Amino acid sequence: MKAVCWNGKKDVRVENVPDPKLLNPTDAIVKITTTCICGSDLHLYDGYVPTMQPGDILGHEFMGEVVETGKEVKKLKVGDRIVVPFTICCGKCFYCKSQLWSLCNNSNPNAWMLEKAYGFTSAGLFGYSHMFGGYAGGQAQYARVPFADVGPMKIPDGVPDEKAVFLTDIFPTGYMAADNCNIKEGDIVAIWGCGPVGQFAIRSAYLLGAHQVIAIDHVPERLRMAEEGKAITINMDDEMIFEKLRELTGGRGPDAVIDCVGLEAQGHTLDAWYDRVKVATYMGTDRAHAIRQAINCCRPGGVVSIPGVYGGFLDKFPLGAAFGKGLTFKMGQTHVKKYLDDLLGKIQEGKIDPSFVITHRAKIDDARKMYETFAARAAGCIKVILKPNENGSVMHA
Amino acid sequence: MVSATASGQRTADQKSGSSDQSSQTRSSAHEPYINVPSNERWVSGLSGAALVLAGLKMRSIPGAVLVLAGGAMTHRAWTGHCNVYGALGINRAQGEGAAPEDYSSKGFHVSQAITIDKSPEELYRYWRDFQNLPRFMNYLEDVQILDDKRSHWKAKAPAGMSVEWDAEIINDQPNETIAWRSLYPASVDSAGSVRFVAGPPGRGTEVRVTFDYIPPAGKAGWMIAKLFGKDPEMEVREDLRRFKQIMETGEIPTLKGQPHGKRGLKGSIMATD
Repeated sequence: MKAVCWNGKKDVRVENVPDPKLLNPTDAIVKITTTCICGSDLHLYDGYVPTMQPGDILGHEFMGEVVETGKEVKKLKVGDRIVVPFTICCGKCFYCKSQLWSLCNNSNPNAWMLEKAYGFTSAGLFGYSHMFGGYAGGQAQYARVPFADVGPMKIPDGVPDEKAVFLTDIFPTGYMAADNCNIKEGDIVAIWGCGPVGQFAIRSAYLLGAHQVIAIDHVPERLRMAEEGKAITINMDDEMIFEKLRELTGGRGPDAVIDCVGLEAQGHTLDAWYDRVKVATYMGTDRAHAIRQAINCCRPGGVVSIPGVYGGFLDKFPLGAAFGKGLTFKMGQTHVKKYLDDLLGKIQEGKIDPSFVITHRAKIDDARKMYETFAARAAGCIKVILKPNENGSVMHA
Repeated sequence: MVSATASGQRTADQKSGSSDQSSQTRSSAHEPYINVPSNERWVSGLSGAALVLAGLKMRSIPGAVLVLAGGAMTHRAWTGHCNVYGALGINRAQGEGAAPEDYSSKGFHVSQAITIDKSPEELYRYWRDFQNLPRFMNYLEDVQILDDKRSHWKAKAPAGMSVEWDAEIINDQPNETIAWRSLYPASVDSAGSVRFVAGPPGRGTEVRVTFDYIPPAGKAGWMIAKLFGKDPEMEVREDLRRFKQIMETGEIPTLKGQPHGKRGLKGSIMATD
């Protein structure tokens, strides 16, 4: 089968690899109908995540049709159309039972690697380096899905792929980010980063009752898409963010802030350049520009919600400001399964059509080019989906 | 000294034998059993060798007698079996597994804990059937149950070889504790214990394992083991993790056999699938 394989920094290739096989009794094999490139894939592409090896198959946002099931699979049947959460969960451990699905401690075959880095392990992920499980990813024509009865959810016929596929990652991620803000009536939420997760965070914040959402970015297409989601936008290249936010909130400051940027933050201020130098000279791993601003701008007693991926150590973290203002931090990998039923319901009720975020549809053979385009935020690229088992051509939405 | 045994063949010995102490050391040998303790074997061997050399120098009949005597002593040292003792029914090697003080002076102690969301009864039942141990203790190939206290263990050793020894259960409190130790002659004296303790409400059972062992060549063996990446603390923790995965989910997550692209040299070594 064809699969998109990591081969080094900024080196992604479509290779011919063997089809996946059932390895454990609760596995299923899925023929992939739609798969996506994620912003966090760019961290792999740019070489920020250690323990990647040449030949690793990328991709963690995929859906498709079940073509084979292991002998202990009881719920899923061959022919079922399913979305597969990017976090792999056993369903039986303390964390899964507590609805903390992304912290499952039975699903990472390389748990010892994460324990060395973080003290304890978390769930295995599809296509996201060996320390996070080493599982072959879903930017391919087929994938093996462990614990197939636990995570995957059946999608009814009335919901096409392009509405359903983002249930695998970015829609629940944006929703959990907003959910973590504990939004109350009258709250104003400020969101850094208008990539796909930010776009879903904007719409989710409104679904959860936010009074107003303010979104910050500097790519024109992304700001436009944010405005389509009813956000007020701030272009970080043109405006002083702190002052603008204070003004927009009547001097109060936003009640909650969401960092949808993560470790590859961009910026032109002194601290942003400092971060770049530190990371480029291997003296730091994460760039803190977005999270620093978010902490500074948040009102006292507010919430800082962090879905943006961070990996290692952050320098110059304003813990003093966070302490002085009594901020609450909520963060982490998405507990996808916790939100799946609710979000599918919202799609079916017409409250949201997730396909708004798609800007590019491509064949799997164009993966290399699409990674470059996405990384450069070129050609209005916000979200790329691939159809690995179809013939098609590169199109813009 | 690795006991060269055919593992399936001891049943006749065991079943007919009594439970007296001397049968312990017979258990692992079809050949003459060991009845000379190891320090005596050293003395025997060295003095035997000296006698042989002295006898050869003498080049006379008395010299020949010395050579024969020395030869018998080295043979006794080599095999651990003394025919004289055997004829007199003396067994000075019986009950000589490593003593507790040996473990604390020469051995290594590992202790780890893990919490598993199952009852102490379920966990005890699975662990008590020692035939299950190789499923989560990766260094073990096979464990055969001999009787209600004794078992025969086979482990992988470097360079594709294997090591075998007998073990006995020294403490068994159902649903609470199991403790076992290797029996002489084992090339690595080892003793282990597992306790199943109910954790705080809603958290399952705490499984606390200790493992003591005396590697060959004492602490130098530890250095060598560490150099080659085998870390006993981590091995035990990984064993416990696999035990948890089997008990909670019924399977151990794996990547072996999954597809990937071209690895290259470094990738083939470093990739975990």
